[in-house]
Amino acid sequence: MKLRATFIASTALVALAGPALAQDRTLNLLDWGGAYGESHQVAYNRPFEQETGIRIVVSDADNPATPIKAMVEAGNVTADVASVEYADAVRMCDEGLLEEIDPSILRPGANGETPEEDFIDGALTECFVGTDVYSMVLAYDDTKFPDAKPAGPADFFDLAAFPGKRTMRKGAKFNLELALMADGVAPDQVYEVLSTPEGVDQAFAKLVTIKNDVIWWEAGAQPPQLLADGEVTMAFAFNGRIFNAAMSENKPFNIVWNGQIYEMEGWVMPKGAPNREAALEYIAFSTAPEQLAKAAEQISYGPPRLSSASLVGNVAGTETPMLPHLPTAPENLELGIASNLDFWVDHDGELSERFNAWLAG
Amino acid sequence: MATPLDPHAAIVAEASGLPPAAPLTTADGQPLARALNRSRRKARRQALLLVLPLLAFVVITFILPIGQMLHRSVYNPGFADNMPRISAWFAENPRGTDPDEAAWAALAADLTEAAEARTIGIVGTRMNYDVPGTRSLFTSTGRQVRGGLEPPYREALLEIDGKWASPELWAAMRTGATAYTANFYLASMDLTRDNDGNITEAPKERQVYGMLFMRTFWLSALITGMTFLLGFPVAHLLATLPTRKSNLLMILVLLPFWTSLLVRTTAWIVLLQQQGVVNDIMVWLGIIGDGQRLQMIYNQTGTIIAMTHILLPFMILPLYSVMRTINPSYVRAARSLGATSWTAFRRIYFPQTLPGLGAGALLVFILAVGYYITPALVGGSSGQLISNMIAMHMTETLNWSMAAALAALLLAGVLILYWVYDRLVGIDNLKLG
Repeated sequence: MKLRATFIASTALVALAGPALAQDRTLNLLDWGGAYGESHQVAYNRPFEQETGIRIVVSDADNPATPIKAMVEAGNVTADVASVEYADAVRMCDEGLLEEIDPSILRPGANGETPEEDFIDGALTECFVGTDVYSMVLAYDDTKFPDAKPAGPADFFDLAAFPGKRTMRKGAKFNLELALMADGVAPDQVYEVLSTPEGVDQAFAKLVTIKNDVIWWEAGAQPPQLLADGEVTMAFAFNGRIFNAAMSENKPFNIVWNGQIYEMEGWVMPKGAPNREAALEYIAFSTAPEQLAKAAEQISYGPPRLSSASLVGNVAGTETPMLPHLPTAPENLELGIASNLDFWVDHDGELSERFNAWLAG
Repeated sequence: MATPLDPHAAIVAEASGLPPAAPLTTADGQPLARALNRSRRKARRQALLLVLPLLAFVVITFILPIGQMLHRSVYNPGFADNMPRISAWFAENPRGTDPDEAAWAALAADLTEAAEARTIGIVGTRMNYDVPGTRSLFTSTGRQVRGGLEPPYREALLEIDGKWASPELWAAMRTGATAYTANFYLASMDLTRDNDGNITEAPKERQVYGMLFMRTFWLSALITGMTFLLGFPVAHLLATLPTRKSNLLMILVLLPFWTSLLVRTTAWIVLLQQQGVVNDIMVWLGIIGDGQRLQMIYNQTGTIIAMTHILLPFMILPLYSVMRTINPSYVRAARSLGATSWTAFRRIYFPQTLPGLGAGALLVFILAVGYYITPALVGGSSGQLISNMIAMHMTETLNWSMAAALAALLLAGVLILYWVYDRLVGIDNLKLG
């Protein structure tokens, strides 16, 4: 009888210890892939694996927010940490799809600041820790405009002074803001104007002026390709893509920071993540100022911590300093606006329908 | 008497001289029919066991998810589940009742509870589908009522945000109070409900789905026609050439078929864009000037060209397999009886290719209706199809109920066409290979 009880107890122990041991060793990361995922590999994943011995299993998704929703709703969560856009993080947090993350687990700033002081506004929310700031910027092919250079949103819409086709993202977001800024609305009033029906009409009326000269892009890789092929002379695209083409392929592309619209990406934990401890450890490790700065050297997305800026060195493998090419460089930051999350969560569906109707009509 | 249904038994009975009324039995005296049935049943059971894995696979991986998705198009419990008290109030009070203090109290209690349970976002998202701009109303109110509200609730809520008095919002909440709704189907057909619950047209500037459905079906039909025109001669050539040459040609048909869809689409971009190969050659030949380069991609033309090319093998292969079996002596016989080559083709050869043509046309059309990646990349603004909107609702706005409703309508459209096809051509006349 005693023997049997011991046997049962030890089996139970093995059964309990098995998954616990496995949990200690792996971490499932849901990422975007591409050059962005690679920057995470270099700056976060490999150093983390070396330091802690936890093995990181990365899976890539088109937009990791979509599988999270599916996983949590199906009650089968396999990811521990995921990289998502700010808007998706807040939306999913409100819907109870994410675990809360206590900011006190995060590392202090480079000069000992608390995380709350060190992270820029909005980079820390209940369920989200920011890792980088990316932005939609205007870019042009320098060889196409030998004399005057485009300097802001108004020039993007000026087909007479700056001839040639444009390329813009196929969607309402970013484009409506740009149209209003080009139409003379002050950057800090863009969302106020866009919240009124007249403001939306005004934005579409401005977009109509270049509608016939726009090639709409769907995948982030398209705009640099269209610029390189000479199909378009100006693009409204993600800054990282343009920078990569200019840097690694020596394309004559210039970025205009005036009118940039920036957004954040960062880590979230899906509700019911299987390896909670490892996930929190990873989030704290990767958002330390040094790691964020290291990631920014790989890809031109800015670190959302104030004390990281001074740690950013040269573009990986070159002698060019990275800081001037980041959306969060102080002189670039003041030329742009932050994308308004609440506005887009409220109006995405409505304006997307209107945009598609407008596009097709 | 032997049954007239079983002439064979009658012959056996007559030949053996048995009295015709006696039932046939096996050697151990059981009625033959029952023994036969039993052995058949066993065979049937074995056959069922053999197909069971496939059946289970199809049910689990195909029918269940699709069923669940379709269910989602009419079922969205986001409001009803998380706001039980106000939903109950709506159930008790008919449409047209002005919200009384009991309603406001129910609303306040539900909001507080949903805010604490972190489900307020789900409620807001559900309402935002019907009244754009209300999601933040729910989440921001939720943040302020976590500590609870003091009566009178109407004034308390209106103080937080005046939008709570909007009749449009109350009408939408009444619809949301029942989890089953037809609203997503209405929205998919460019319809909406007014404050009294009557179905009306959606605002002009938001009407997009009807036009896209029409365009999807029209473009798919056009592409099916194009693949027929281009594929028929190729299939005929493949079927009539000596085997060695036709095998070589077959590789040319199959090679693009085996190449990645994305690669083929990108190749068309390289060829057709304004600074692309085709335009360069035309400028070099002097057909067009450098300033008049043709816009052949990022519009409907690009979508038609790229999709026709990509779907061509689906037309050629069924046609080829049918054409190979057509005996050439029929056409020869027609010619020897005085038919012109056109008449022989029209009256003798072409009708025999119909099963292959039917299969190819059905395959190409159904694939084209659901095509997504090619129109997304080369379609520009005028080559967008309904699948692009489904993808947008799946991945961007995360309105899966809307995506499900659009997909269900698309499926219904295809099924209706399939039925029409069955009526006109007959599904038995189909030969897939």
